Amino acid sequence: MKSFAYASPTTEGEALSLLAEPGEIEILAGGTDLVGLMKKMIITPDLVVNILDIPSLKTIEQLDNGAIAIGAAVTLDEVLAHPYLDPYPAIGQAIEGISSMQLQCQGTIGGEVLQRPQCWYFRGGRGLLAAGGSAVEDGDSRYHAIFGNDGAAKFVSASRIAPALIALNATARVIGPVATGGSPVGLNGEDASERFFPIEQLFRIPRHEGERESVLARGEFLTHIILPDRRNFASATYEVRQGAGPDFPLAAAAASLRIEGGIVREGEIVLGQVAPTPWISRAAVAALIGQPVNEQTAEAAGLAAVTAARPLSHNAYKVQLAKTAVKRAILRAAGQETGGF
Amino acid sequence: MGRLEAYPTLLQTNHLGQANPVAKKTHVSTTVNNEPAEFLCEPRESLLEVLRDTLKLTGAKEGCNNGNCGACTVLLNDVPVNSCLVLGVEAEGASIETVEGMACEGHLHPLQQCFLEGAALQCGICTPGFLVTAKALLDKNPTPSEHDIRFNLANNLCRCTGYDKIVKAVQEAAKELAAK
Ligand SMILES: Cc1cc2nc3c(=O)[nH]c(=O)nc-3n(C[C@H](O)[C@H](O)[C@H](O)COP(=O)(O)OP(=O)(O)OC[C@H]3O[C@@H](n4cnc5c(N)ncnc54)[C@H](O)[C@@H]3O)c2cc1C
Repeated sequence: MKSFAYASPTTEGEALSLLAEPGEIEILAGGTDLVGLMKKMIITPDLVVNILDIPSLKTIEQLDNGAIAIGAAVTLDEVLAHPYLDPYPAIGQAIEGISSMQLQCQGTIGGEVLQRPQCWYFRGGRGLLAAGGSAVEDGDSRYHAIFGNDGAAKFVSASRIAPALIALNATARVIGPVATGGSPVGLNGEDASERFFPIEQLFRIPRHEGERESVLARGEFLTHIILPDRRNFASATYEVRQGAGPDFPLAAAAASLRIEGGIVREGEIVLGQVAPTPWISRAAVAALIGQPVNEQTAEAAGLAAVTAARPLSHNAYKVQLAKTAVKRAILRAAGQETGGF
Repeated sequence: MGRLEAYPTLLQTNHLGQANPVAKKTHVSTTVNNEPAEFLCEPRESLLEVLRDTLKLTGAKEGCNNGNCGACTVLLNDVPVNSCLVLGVEAEGASIETVEGMACEGHLHPLQQCFLEGAALQCGICTPGFLVTAKALLDKNPTPSEHDIRFNLANNLCRCTGYDKIVKAVQEAAKELAAK
């Protein structure tokens, strides 16, 4: 690892003043992703700011309106065990997919959502866009995007939990300097502001090597994920995986559906591991609205989800997997799991 | 200087890119296997490096050094972590338990005894990681099913024995602990 300075602030305000220091700065949560990247010198910060000692980021609270605020530094095992999240199985199912006691105990929900892509060209030191996308196009695109891949970015968004959070309409709370445009907020009298936005807006498809896959500006960080009260929705995550170990899915989908009188009234379906961002499929939801959930309607929604897919040279197989993930997430949400894992 | 004063490592390491590229060491006070421990380390040293090279506790092993193999697993504040992905400076004020802390007053922990009797090891490199992870599992769930054991030990890799004997040893140890 390259040498770096280290600080572990104990308040949000203190963290913000550290993030305003010059040089390259990285936020450290559980470290399960970041420390590996620093060891490989893919990321070489001058300053590392550990956010695990900030108590306000480590709680799960129920708000007056029934929403649940999850601190970004809450570990995955704590999220999994917390009764407030029982009504939202899509989240727990995604965390269970990370089949490693160590990674669940060490990894945080904020770090999971903001983990860097697994693209082997990126991890091999060739940059997030890997020669403007040509390394992937001319190389091995087995695990790359089938949607949103017409620009230089061909990697897939790595988060397993983000599709579930988006399907459940979660909001991100991000704090940063006033210049980032949030509403001013009194944090230790610092130059600080906070903004709240739908969590899908945390992600973007970078267009050039200077951009990351998250919209967080310099000096900003994620403090909370707020889940609205969606107890009247049924939800599930389904991942298609190569094996049962701690490895990434090949394709995944999360569904949240409001089913009344046996008919789907509204919902969200979000695919994972198929695009540089979590991929919201309005087409899949549209195919399902007004229908009962059964094998045929779930299959039709799966088909609708992948009609616009544009695979690269080695990943056409992912279209079928994505279709199946959508179908099974819908059936699982509706309590009609049909085996297979 | 202002707010940097609260962060001696920032001042020492000169993160603004001038002069000395090697960070000065930070003093860390922690607890290892229920004994107070203090050490000096650079922010870039992993907890695994500190345990092995500075504190001379070589039980935790360096396998892959990137979180895949679990050979470096230790308990940090009672939960299992890959110590190769934890910074040594993060141990400040924490409580760490390594495989060296499992035996008690000259008696092996039931897990260690069952691994030994059940021949659940060959080369032994992965064993400390398995023992510590299995202890964390049994602390949390004293009566795990075979599935629970396999699931929770999935981040520990063994490249010689295979997993059946390990799973059986954990089952035996769970029985023994329950009978106590
Ligand atoms: C062997 C191995 C297998 C893995 N398998 C999986 C898997 O199967 N599925 C999976 O989803 N993940 C997997 N991971 C990836 C990842 O480590 C975990 O998902 C974990 O939850 C990341 O959380 P963390 O707290 O450790 O993040 P860190 O490593 O601390 O941070 C990850 C990134 O997010 C940034 N960050 C963290 N918190 C914030 C915040 N609050 N605001 C702004 N930025 C922030 C960091 O700067 C960093 O860039 C694996 C990792 C390893 C080593």
